[in-house]
Amino acid sequence: MAHSYTPGLKVLHHSKVSKDRRLPIRGEVFKTKGDTVKANEIVARTNLPGNVHMLKVANLLSISPADINDVLKIKIGDEVSKGDLIAENSGIFGFFKSDVKSPLDGTIESVSDVTGQIAIRDKPIPVEIDAYVAGTVKDVISEEGVIIQADAAFIQGIFGIGGESRGDLHMLVSNRNEEILTENLNQSHKGKIIVGGSFLSLEAYKKAIELKVSGIIVGGFNYFDLKEILGYSLGVAITGTETLGTSLIVTEGYGKIKMSKRTFELLNIHNGKFVSINGATQIRAGVIRPEIVIPLEKEELSNIDKSGNGQLGIREGSQVRIIRAPYFGKIGIVQSLPTELQKMESETMVRVAEVKIDNKSYIIPRSNLEMLEID
Amino acid sequence: MKLQKILATDCGSTTTKAILIERIEGEYRLAHRGEAPTTVEAPYEDVTRGVLNAVMEIEELSGRKIIENDQILTTVNGDTGVDLYISTSSAGGGLQMMVAGVVKSMSGESAERAALGAGSIVMDIIASNDGRLAHEKIKRIRDLRPDMILISGGIDGGTISHVVELAEILSAANPKPRLGQNYKLPVIYAGNNKAQDQIKNTLGDMVDLDIVDNIRPVLERENLEPSRDKIHDLFMEHVMQQAPGYKKLMSWTDAPIMPTPGAVGSLIEMIAEKESISVVGVDIGGATTDIFSVFQGKFNRTVSANLGMSYSICNVLAEAGLDNVLRWVPFDIDRKELTNRIGNKMIRPTTVPQSMEELFIEQAIAREALRLSFKQHKDFAVGLKGIQKERTISDAFDQSTSGETLVNMMDLDLLVGSGGVLSHAPRREQSAKMLIDSFMPEGITQLAVDSIFMMPQLGVLAGIDKQDLKDEAKSAALEVFHNDCLIRLGTCINPIGKAKKGDLLLTAQITIDNQKTENIKLYKDDFLRIEAPYKEINIKLNPEKNMDIGAGPNQEINTIIYGGTVGLIFDGRSRPIDIPLDSEKRLQSLKKWSEAINEYPKYNI
Repeated sequence: MAHSYTPGLKVLHHSKVSKDRRLPIRGEVFKTKGDTVKANEIVARTNLPGNVHMLKVANLLSISPADINDVLKIKIGDEVSKGDLIAENSGIFGFFKSDVKSPLDGTIESVSDVTGQIAIRDKPIPVEIDAYVAGTVKDVISEEGVIIQADAAFIQGIFGIGGESRGDLHMLVSNRNEEILTENLNQSHKGKIIVGGSFLSLEAYKKAIELKVSGIIVGGFNYFDLKEILGYSLGVAITGTETLGTSLIVTEGYGKIKMSKRTFELLNIHNGKFVSINGATQIRAGVIRPEIVIPLEKEELSNIDKSGNGQLGIREGSQVRIIRAPYFGKIGIVQSLPTELQKMESETMVRVAEVKIDNKSYIIPRSNLEMLEID
Repeated sequence: MKLQKILATDCGSTTTKAILIERIEGEYRLAHRGEAPTTVEAPYEDVTRGVLNAVMEIEELSGRKIIENDQILTTVNGDTGVDLYISTSSAGGGLQMMVAGVVKSMSGESAERAALGAGSIVMDIIASNDGRLAHEKIKRIRDLRPDMILISGGIDGGTISHVVELAEILSAANPKPRLGQNYKLPVIYAGNNKAQDQIKNTLGDMVDLDIVDNIRPVLERENLEPSRDKIHDLFMEHVMQQAPGYKKLMSWTDAPIMPTPGAVGSLIEMIAEKESISVVGVDIGGATTDIFSVFQGKFNRTVSANLGMSYSICNVLAEAGLDNVLRWVPFDIDRKELTNRIGNKMIRPTTVPQSMEELFIEQAIAREALRLSFKQHKDFAVGLKGIQKERTISDAFDQSTSGETLVNMMDLDLLVGSGGVLSHAPRREQSAKMLIDSFMPEGITQLAVDSIFMMPQLGVLAGIDKQDLKDEAKSAALEVFHNDCLIRLGTCINPIGKAKKGDLLLTAQITIDNQKTENIKLYKDDFLRIEAPYKEINIKLNPEKNMDIGAGPNQEINTIIYGGTVGLIFDGRSRPIDIPLDSEKRLQSLKKWSEAINEYPKYNI
């Protein structure tokens, strides 16, 4: 049977989710293999070296760089506090002395007799990382971090902003076609991950940020409105470092698009649970999509229907979503995958699929189809 | 030595493309091509897998056995093997560099030119006068994690403190390479020769330091070759060694693997030199747009890192502005709807335009991406800055300074386009129109597209150094370039000068095969197409008063030009092209120009 490989977004009732929790540089790891951890638990800590400040001592004292070592009152490795004497020249017969004081707390890193400047390093910056998802420590990476594994329901969005966030999942709408309305948001949503249906307006998003909602999961959002939220036009989809307070995960795309049935139903099953989300998206080689991780309890695992086909590519009978105009967002079933190239209205010659949507048949370029990867 | 079979691959970020060149009836021709997904990422993590898959396609098509025991057979024996195997690579994001110079517009720019010319992406230029505080520069170096750093600054024998200061900043940052933790970051020093010892002392064992000749030994001269060559060597020795499977691939090839844009650049440079012409080449991809040019014998390359047709399509929108994109769209569309459609292409970058409307939008964005990239290129391809010019009395009223752009559109002889949106446009007329609208050629300019983007492979073939193969490889590359790589679209003729609506700009007399003679009258804002094949065509061009077609105002030109799949295009539009702001008039103009060239014959704009 013909098939085509088009990676789709994952919407899985159960998955073994594995997360690397690594420090940016070596440090201390607090957990051992087999430990059970909660999402907010700190698993490792380190101190990042502080920023380096250059101080032009020779210039400030009007001396030649080669003479810098004659006037220094400190040496490499010394710790200094703001205002400490760094260098002093002897002046003329003891008069007209001038000096240089440290502009910050830090450590003397280097002294140069070529440029006449010294480098002072700021105090270290402590960095901690938490587990992000509740689970078990599968492995410890010595002095770097841990790998957490969890049995979880796992959903990928198409695009997100804002980094990691956590909170109780709250279904704000009762059907996947409903929009998130400003008037439906209130104080009780603070710290929660709320789920909407087809659309989130700019006003509603602004209100959610104001209410300190932890995160929003919704079908569609206007590309136009991102500029207002981010303060700049998003040129390349590399996100995750924004400090918005309320992370956003869009599951379908830009515009008003109802959330896919499977995603909506899966979220609905876990309404009220503590979940972890991450809006970080990178659309380039080595793509990263935003994600929703819902840890499962042991007793839940046995109830999951695992009869899915776990297929890799699009085949006849696959459920697919169309991801480009003019049929953008529609979901259908692949009826056939003809091998010959076909000419589209645009006169582009492409490989196509015949897709049945609401009992009507459409010819769609295969690369404009996305399979819902389901279990 | 006569070569019979040459195999060449290009390992891109997403696709590995292989071509087989054969000597057929005394001429080198492209015989077969194959492609397969690149395999540098999990689960394969071995680039050679993708190479073998692409070559297997060629095996199937040619019936020739090229692979044995997962190895390329590089000896010809009857129906097996090839004489030569070469490759280029841009997998894993290509070569990413930072450069440093004392004065940003002088040694900084020279260093940038050297790095770009070698085929790298320049992530940032650190300069003593770039306005950033030392700790900001240090943080930037640490955050970017480049593959390589090039430091320049100071003329030979000049002051040393500034360039040593740059090295001190680098030393404080103690940068780590992007790929692999087990090797030291390669750093090239190409500055003041008197500072070499201090640079060695400052950077010490922290990095892998290489010292080459000064990039700017005196203010009036740039010396890019030694730095460019060293970048290529280090790319092979360090960066490529870290990428999965490259050690194996390097052991297979008969010439060093080159970064893809470096190979394209060297091919364009060679063609310009061999034919004594000015050339502009463009490769518009999903994430970036590369532009190469040779004017006055000087080669320049720029990479517009965030101007592309999929991953960075929204950045084109952000930089060009919605109005500039919309002016090329030949129907009315709601602004929010348009931005959502473009946004959806960014987040699902592999989709193709199914409807005519989608094609219009995609080609409108391509025009703006190309226009912006070319603008960046013109700003970068300049003469040396900071040098004193001798002036005569005739220059007294000429306010020109050093550092003027070398790009003179009236001098441009050949414009070559490549990349999906140009090479695979449903009609060649669309490619020609996109090139004209965005590059706005002046005078007489030949247009072409690269049929399947094989310029990288031909570039590395042309640059083979081995004494016994050198000449043959070069002629093979050139023959395939002319016979199979380029699709000649035709010639664009655009007179320059001030004119009013309805003015006659030019009359032309065309003679094909010494028989068929046609007389053309070109009026202001007209756009005409004459179908003519790719062969010599005699043309007599008489520009009207104040109009210039290359020889000066009102000066007649008698010359030979070439047609092509599109033919001869007479463009009477001004430069820059004047598109009416009024919606109805704009649509009328777009319709007129589009119909003239038969751009979208199945659609009534």
